[in-house]
Amino acid sequence: MREPQLGGLVETDRDRPDPILRSGNTNCGGCGMSLALQMLSRAAATTPVQLVIPACCGIVTAGPYPFSAYGAPVMAATFASAAAVATGLAHAARLNGEPTRVLCFSGDGGAYDIGMATLSATAERNEDVLYICYDNEIYGNTGGQRSSATPLGAVTTTTPTGKDLLKKDIVGIMAAHGIPYAATLSLAHPDDTLRKLRLGLDLQGFRFLHILSPCPTGWKSEPSEGIELLRLAVASGLYPVYEVHDGARVVVNVEPEFSLQALEEYFAGQGRFRRTTIELESVRTGIDRAWRRLRALAG
Amino acid sequence: MSLELITANHAAGMAATLAGRANRTGRGFGGGVYPITPQTECIEFLCKQTIEKGHVVRVESEHSAMAVCMGFALAGLRTFTASSSNGLAYMAENVFAAAMYRLPIVMMAVNRTLGPPWNIWVDHGDTLMLRDGGWIQIYCEDNQDVFDSMVLAFRLAEDRRVLLPVLVCQDAFVLSHTMMMTDIPDQTVVDGFLPPLDLPHRLSDRPITVGGLDFPHETEVHRRQHHEAMGRVPEAYADAQAAFAAAFGRRPGDAVISYRMDDADIALVSMGTTAATARLAVDAARERGLKAGSVQVRMFRPFPEAQLGAALARARRIAILDRDVCPGLGGILWAEARGVLRHDALVQGYMIGLGGGDVRPGHLEEILAEVAAKTTADAPIFKEVG
Repeated sequence: MREPQLGGLVETDRDRPDPILRSGNTNCGGCGMSLALQMLSRAAATTPVQLVIPACCGIVTAGPYPFSAYGAPVMAATFASAAAVATGLAHAARLNGEPTRVLCFSGDGGAYDIGMATLSATAERNEDVLYICYDNEIYGNTGGQRSSATPLGAVTTTTPTGKDLLKKDIVGIMAAHGIPYAATLSLAHPDDTLRKLRLGLDLQGFRFLHILSPCPTGWKSEPSEGIELLRLAVASGLYPVYEVHDGARVVVNVEPEFSLQALEEYFAGQGRFRRTTIELESVRTGIDRAWRRLRALAG
Repeated sequence: MSLELITANHAAGMAATLAGRANRTGRGFGGGVYPITPQTECIEFLCKQTIEKGHVVRVESEHSAMAVCMGFALAGLRTFTASSSNGLAYMAENVFAAAMYRLPIVMMAVNRTLGPPWNIWVDHGDTLMLRDGGWIQIYCEDNQDVFDSMVLAFRLAEDRRVLLPVLVCQDAFVLSHTMMMTDIPDQTVVDGFLPPLDLPHRLSDRPITVGGLDFPHETEVHRRQHHEAMGRVPEAYADAQAAFAAAFGRRPGDAVISYRMDDADIALVSMGTTAATARLAVDAARERGLKAGSVQVRMFRPFPEAQLGAALARARRIAILDRDVCPGLGGILWAEARGVLRHDALVQGYMIGLGGGDVRPGHLEEILAEVAAKTTADAPIFKEVG
């Protein structure tokens, strides 16, 4: 089974014979995580990988024992432990001279919240692990509760009038560890995403990739609109696409137009913002502040 | 072979080092370590060692210490960590997980009182809290016992019939910080006793998901398999004891160790260092004409039901000494042991030495006298000795 074509990218001889995400998985239609895994599969090509996936939608994806929808070896870790389990696997590969690349594939809950201490410690030790956070800005697996990745204004089951706090700047936090590479990836920009995934796979030391992952179930959005929503998130400046090398060199990869129309369309396209009491103006203020900081860092 | 004057913390660290080096011809050794009093000296010792094809990760919490070990173990490496008290409580989720992944991890626990209020002295409540965690549990009584149990634990954990993690427990300060002459074998002898680990469900390049989702029937089967593996421990343990004796010239203790029980009417049942004190109390009581004996529960999981029942088959009066309390129940050893004792025996539970209270032979002689004079058993008794 070959993976489907992605945004004009054709199958090549380098593709994995068995994609990382196989068909027949139970992910919701329009799930950004599914797309992220297909891109990862393309980027990893023939590189041997091991995945550590904590409790999140990504492990439900595997399906029930003894089946696995993953075409790669997977350790289903406890919720907070992915980075620490990956540490053990990565050292094991190194000690045995194996070319295996060890990846964590975690939702926002496992990275931003419960797994943050472990994630930070693993980055501080600069372990040879590629950590990918697919961020749907919600505890999706438990039915849609707020996390520290939930953006300002989003209605969740635990923020019924809209979250009145800003989303945590996880890439800023990870870059501040001085790790070799930290980046945000937009699935609406597949060339940039593939480049970053490949770089992430190639580099040594701890690498952190953040993927904003549309969740039609939690975002109350049309499954077919996920890529369009990402395009709007990038265009409005809400989701900056950038990378940080060695915690120091900041490069903005996609220059937004900062259009209010894009922001309005982004909000209008998602039911989670429909009943919010948060004004769009305060969202814009947050965007401005984030970009002033990013520009200062980028120099 | 050399005789060394070392603490039980160092004995455990030395055993982990020798066992780790022994797997250099296999996939190597990995550990995850985090400090907590009174275990810290063990991991400090480990971090000073050079282990060929080995790596020790200095993590940020006990929870991650066990998680790192799970990663190492799933990749087929021999693994070790150590903890204590609240550290074990913090680690608990991954303690259970390690067993359910069926990973042969060895952990040394220094038994320390759970807080708050904070108390660093010995109490068995921390590891007994993990009694349902699916690990084999061994309670040691001196430094040589700690060293030998540690080395044996790797062989037992990695036995194909078992494939379960092992917790080797020692009493805080009484052993952890007390130096004793300890017989340390040569690396080559340890190499012979511990062949390279070959984990059947090792994560390699096969696209399998380890620890994925179970439906009820799969869980029923997995739990039964786990329980059955525990059921094979006595057989595997006996083989390991025999192999240990052949390799090192010493035989580690049985799951249950009896002392002067052949003609005993009254028995003290205990775990850890209390058992050594109990033997002194038994000797003293015998001098006064009381037919006393001591039964030491060395292996708490799997619970040595048959051996304990056999050891106490003759005793009419039994005092069970717990260095722990389960509020609302009583001592945990008492609660578990009374089910295997003869129904006409008078079984009295005592909670003694909680929070590191210094249990002396005199205290246990008092208990023997009390139980000898009883006509019926009372509710578990708190014996204050601190």
